[in-house]
Amino acid sequence: MVTTNIAAASGVRVHEICKSFPVPDAPDTSRLALGDISFSIAAGELVSLVGPSGCGKSTLLRLVAGLDVPDSGELVVGNQKIVGPSAERGLVFQDPNLFPWLSVRRNIETGLVARGVLREKRNEVREFMRLVGLETFANAYPHHLSGGMAQRVALARALINHPKVLLLDEPLGALDAFTRMRMQDEVLRLWENRRTTMLLVTHDIDEAIYMSDRILIMTPAPGRIDREIDIDLTRPRDRTGGSFLRFRGEILEHLHFAGNAAGAST
Amino acid sequence: MNANGAITNERSRLPWPMQLAVPAASLITFGTHLLIAQNAPPLETRSYMLLFWEIVGVSIVLAIAQKFWPVLRRWMRHMWPIFTAAILLLGVWDVITVGLHLLPLPYFPGPAAVLRSLISDRGLLLDSTWHSLVLLVSGYTLGVIVGLVSGVCIGWSSSVRYWGMPLLKVVGPIPATAWIPIAMVVSPSAIMSSAGLIALAVWFPVTMLTASGVSNTRASYLDVARTLGAGHLYLIFRVAIPAAIPNIFIGLFMGLGASFLTLVVAESVGVKSGLGWYVSWAQGWAEYGKVFAALIIMAAFFSTVMTLLFKLRDRVLVWQKGIIKW
Repeated sequence: MVTTNIAAASGVRVHEICKSFPVPDAPDTSRLALGDISFSIAAGELVSLVGPSGCGKSTLLRLVAGLDVPDSGELVVGNQKIVGPSAERGLVFQDPNLFPWLSVRRNIETGLVARGVLREKRNEVREFMRLVGLETFANAYPHHLSGGMAQRVALARALINHPKVLLLDEPLGALDAFTRMRMQDEVLRLWENRRTTMLLVTHDIDEAIYMSDRILIMTPAPGRIDREIDIDLTRPRDRTGGSFLRFRGEILEHLHFAGNAAGAST
Repeated sequence: MNANGAITNERSRLPWPMQLAVPAASLITFGTHLLIAQNAPPLETRSYMLLFWEIVGVSIVLAIAQKFWPVLRRWMRHMWPIFTAAILLLGVWDVITVGLHLLPLPYFPGPAAVLRSLISDRGLLLDSTWHSLVLLVSGYTLGVIVGLVSGVCIGWSSSVRYWGMPLLKVVGPIPATAWIPIAMVVSPSAIMSSAGLIALAVWFPVTMLTASGVSNTRASYLDVARTLGAGHLYLIFRVAIPAAIPNIFIGLFMGLGASFLTLVVAESVGVKSGLGWYVSWAQGWAEYGKVFAALIIMAAFFSTVMTLLFKLRDRVLVWQKGIIKW
């Protein structure tokens, strides 16, 4: 099996981040997508970002991934500033984005090939395929896979680099309800196995409560962190338990209230 | 498998009419020829007869072999109607030209005369085909290589695109054959200039389609690769180019069509060999049987090359089978 490696995980510190984008209709003006965001994630922690669409969750994740550059502020992983994308920060999108021209095995190998370490780490490929239950699909092409299978390949492809942080951008958003719940358990199993730091963007409140150590609630225009909620329930969590539903009610009420407040202030 | 056993049973036989269609059509066509071409040269009739004897012989052998070979049976089921129609069409051609004299001689000889030309001039035809093949392959290969390189550069780098795209848009649409006068002056030999012209004809569509394929690579593929530790070379060669391959093949097909055209024109104008030269040479001697013979060779030659490219595409694009069809 893949060895547990807590030492490899890193904390993330997001410090006073601002990011704006040009408005398509008026090129000279810009819209503030993220306004002064600060938070931090401990090494090995699983944190969710929850909020309505358009609140900047995905933008924030792209910044942490290094795919975009913030206007101001500082992003630190471990004790290194983020200056660009790196194999240390894996990213899984809602669309699995598997390379359609590569078989399942070659997709999973991508990170090893890109870093030029395929030769030494070839044995891990099989391990990761087993980890996500896809050994028998090694030579299948992505268009043969179901949505859940494709997303498992995407997870394995990100995990094979042993990232210090795994960024998940609504990774289960396109799956049906049953596959989704099963995949939540699978992601949790991977996380408990490897203790990688995870930052999960989701708009599914149940998913956030079921999975995370802590939930950050974001509100839009400009995106900012409105509230932090510690989910101090033991795992595996009961989706219908009293305290689960209490958290749910709390978050829903908060988002509803936040929506009203935003409406009133404009 | 067992559920549609009845269907398999039905398919395990080739119906008698279909088995007999090809020999029957051959007999009809040749019988017609005997009736209408009584004062044709005996050599023509003899070779025409041999052709049909061969067709009849082969079709009988295949009709026996298909009983034991399902793949052959499926192929015959698919192809036999077409073959039958083609043979009957030969008869129609014979009737129109030799029988009714509807088309003026010597410009439209009958099929037996064309076959005779094909056989009697086979040495020169083979030699011409070989020269055309060499010229086509060298010009096409050169054009594809240069086109792929320039296409990837234009598609990937925005500064190359800025300077290269206007050149491509202005020079590319000029038909390669329009350069013939200049190519003849510039190049040391007619062969070289022809190869260059074919390369030019191929270069434009291959560059255009490669560039658009590369520059339209889904941004999220590039993002994923970057978060997996990919550098520039990986992004170009392992993400952008594979993503562009369906497009690149469209360019290769367009380029192939353009290269056939340019080949034939260049050969009939400059080079003193090849099928294009053969056609205009035979025309000069008013030997239209040879012209038609060369056209038949060209049809077989070009469609074989085209088929090979299709096969290559199917092999390379196995990952997207069923997604894109054209």
